[in-house]
Amino acid sequence: MATTTKTVGTKQAKRERTSHATNWGRGFIVKLILMMAIDALGVYGLLATWQTDQMGLFAGLAVLLVAANYIYFARRTLPLKYIYPGLAFLLVFQLFVIGYTFYVAFTNFGDGHNVTKPQAIEALLQQAERQVPGTNAYPVAVVEKGDELGLAVVAQDGSTCAGAVAGDVCLGTAEDPLSVVDGATVANGRPTDVPGWQVLNLQQIISRQDDVADLRVPVSDDPEDGSIRTPDGTNAFEFKSTLEFDEATDTMVDTATGTVFHPNDRGQFEAEDGTRLPVGWRVSVGWENFSTAFTDARYAGPFWRVLAWTVSFAFLSVATTFLLGLFLATVFNEPRLKGRKIYRTLMIFPYAIPGFLAALIWSGMLNRSFGFINQVLLGGAAIPWLTDPWLARLSVLGVNLWLGFPYMFLICTGALQSLPDDVLEASRVDGASAWRQFRSIKMPLLLVSTAPLLISSFAFNFNNFTLIYMLTRGGPRFADASVPIGHTDILISMVYSVSGLDGTAAKNYGLASALSIVVFIVVGTVSAIAFRQTRKLEEVM
Amino acid sequence: MSGQTTRVDTQEIIEAENQKLRARMKPGRYLREIGWRHVIGVIAVVYALFPIVFIISASLNPGGTMTGSNRLFRQVSFENYAALNDTRFWQWFGNSLFISITTAVGTVLMGAAAAYAFSRFRFTGRRIGLTALLIIQMFPQMLAFVAVFLLVRTIGMAFPSLGFNSNLTLIAVYLGGALGVNTFLMYGFFNTIPVSLDEAAKIDGATHTQIYWTIILRLVAPILAVVGLLSFITSFGEYILASLILPSQHEWTLAIGLFNWVSDQLNANWGLFAAGAVISALPVLVLFQLLQKYIVGGLTAGSVKG
Repeated sequence: MATTTKTVGTKQAKRERTSHATNWGRGFIVKLILMMAIDALGVYGLLATWQTDQMGLFAGLAVLLVAANYIYFARRTLPLKYIYPGLAFLLVFQLFVIGYTFYVAFTNFGDGHNVTKPQAIEALLQQAERQVPGTNAYPVAVVEKGDELGLAVVAQDGSTCAGAVAGDVCLGTAEDPLSVVDGATVANGRPTDVPGWQVLNLQQIISRQDDVADLRVPVSDDPEDGSIRTPDGTNAFEFKSTLEFDEATDTMVDTATGTVFHPNDRGQFEAEDGTRLPVGWRVSVGWENFSTAFTDARYAGPFWRVLAWTVSFAFLSVATTFLLGLFLATVFNEPRLKGRKIYRTLMIFPYAIPGFLAALIWSGMLNRSFGFINQVLLGGAAIPWLTDPWLARLSVLGVNLWLGFPYMFLICTGALQSLPDDVLEASRVDGASAWRQFRSIKMPLLLVSTAPLLISSFAFNFNNFTLIYMLTRGGPRFADASVPIGHTDILISMVYSVSGLDGTAAKNYGLASALSIVVFIVVGTVSAIAFRQTRKLEEVM
Repeated sequence: MSGQTTRVDTQEIIEAENQKLRARMKPGRYLREIGWRHVIGVIAVVYALFPIVFIISASLNPGGTMTGSNRLFRQVSFENYAALNDTRFWQWFGNSLFISITTAVGTVLMGAAAAYAFSRFRFTGRRIGLTALLIIQMFPQMLAFVAVFLLVRTIGMAFPSLGFNSNLTLIAVYLGGALGVNTFLMYGFFNTIPVSLDEAAKIDGATHTQIYWTIILRLVAPILAVVGLLSFITSFGEYILASLILPSQHEWTLAIGLFNWVSDQLNANWGLFAAGAVISALPVLVLFQLLQKYIVGGLTAGSVKG
């Protein structure tokens, strides 16, 4: 140990002398150019996130950028120079999203609770905006820059837009509230020319009628000040919200009826009589999503059945493909057999077919009324391969066997060929039969070398979404479940249905994330136990 | 390398001996020891190939109904292939290739660099890093698709080019899984390259970048090929993240597009799908044939070590 430390020490000294972290060689120039490009992109990103007010992204990006510059210009960070690119992606798109899944699992994030509270308040105020009765219509010009529409009006007094005096022109867009513009010309009380903007004529307004009618230009940053809108493109009206948010008491008041709405702990404003305002915000709901998954009759029943099927599917997939692969590998591990190479090349064809294609092709072949299997191989039978619960499960396993056996065949062949000849020879001399040899020598050795691959295969099939979704879409549906989950659904496809991202159900990110975490835990535990076991296997050998 | 040549040589010798043996073997014994293997071989090949033959036949069958394609090679025409030009198929094909190739290259570069660092440098946090990677490997990124969707939605508000309907977003998401899945496979292989090679080069004055690019990377080429191929195949067939990130039709990948053709239930699309499927299978098939000699070795080498 001591000698290694010493050599490492001298190595480090030498490396520091020869390091080109900051010399002016060719490599350094390349690095400098790359870093300049990355920094330019990064600074652009920082500006963009700052402008759109996304502080979380801003902070994350800043940390990544500073770290990149430090790592590539310091001398002492050699290993990180190699690890960092992959690490950066890993941090954002794997570790962060896993962490974020945990956060979402404890909220009611989903339809009706999509945003933060301030955003929900703003949306509510906007939705409740009505034209203020008794206010004058004032002439307006619809203006355009690029693709962005805006409204320009002549200020009556200071209330039209901040800092304006009567006669000033105020301009605003959907994003930016009204503000004074200089140098605009006005004719007949209507702006006719605004620098930097093109004033639309009647024809252009008609051609973009819907966009113009939908355009809402806020009067100021405060949503309670309301907005101006123009239904016809010539006259603008003031709109004000019928709701009012009182920050001091944290309540919404309906100015028309006087009803007071208090925020409840579900992330919605609720009145005394139980009526709620439509837009809610996401709040923490503790373990509720988990208890829904395990105890709510709508989810708990299907959940346990899906879990049981997922485990059996993953296990049986590995077992069937491994056994067939091993059998074929043993059969063809015979040097005296002619044409071995041709058999082998043809047999592993399915391995080179992308899984989604195979599933789609088989879904056609297994079609009940037109499929090849029923029509040709079974002479016109009408077997519901994909629509009967048990047959559908059998079909899924059968298709996966077709897809997976070549891989097992390949690794078993590799493992068989690397078995130590001397051990086999010795057993033969001792008079062991072929079967005895297989059972006591080949099989244990084979399991040691293929066990890690079998475990990864199990983990892969545990989440083999593509196969299930493309072949059966999880169907046939459970007859007694109110959620769209079926007999061949595995956990991940159940999560997909529950999340509502496929558009078939209301979105429920919270519950979906909670289910994802359950899957994480199951997969993690199984892999951990399995890896421990394989280490034991290796020790025994 | 030399080990392999000797094995081939001995195999040839065995082969020659067998020829002599076979000539002398009685038919009964031949059937018992060798012949039955041919029977199983033929069955296995038929089993492996008939879906492929079926889809090729269906793609050549004009009319394009599922029933019509059940009689294999009744008619041969390239109507379906020509009809692909009127669809968005080639756009999807291009998207898929671009996404998968970029992901594969990125994965190989980043994974190899990380594996090099873990294999050759000794630094604080190395053990923890390796253990962490092993653990992360157990949690597939795909499972967090809800969070990925929400993250992309947020990022897209700041940079539209990294939001929905952008190939770059999908590539970035796929690259997030690069280190977790492949570093271990590569790490095991890198360890089999003797360190004395690096040291000899270092004595000759090579820098660590030179050693990495000109010595190590060439010696580990087989594992790079395997990892690149696996990454290509994975991203080529990935559906769930792709469909969430690329909702609009002209940004779709083949997996999304072909799935939609089939799930339309209008069985009129079947011929079109069959032609599309045959073409979509080609890139992987070609890559696979090119890299086949590396695959068996690569598949077993890294993981057994890890």
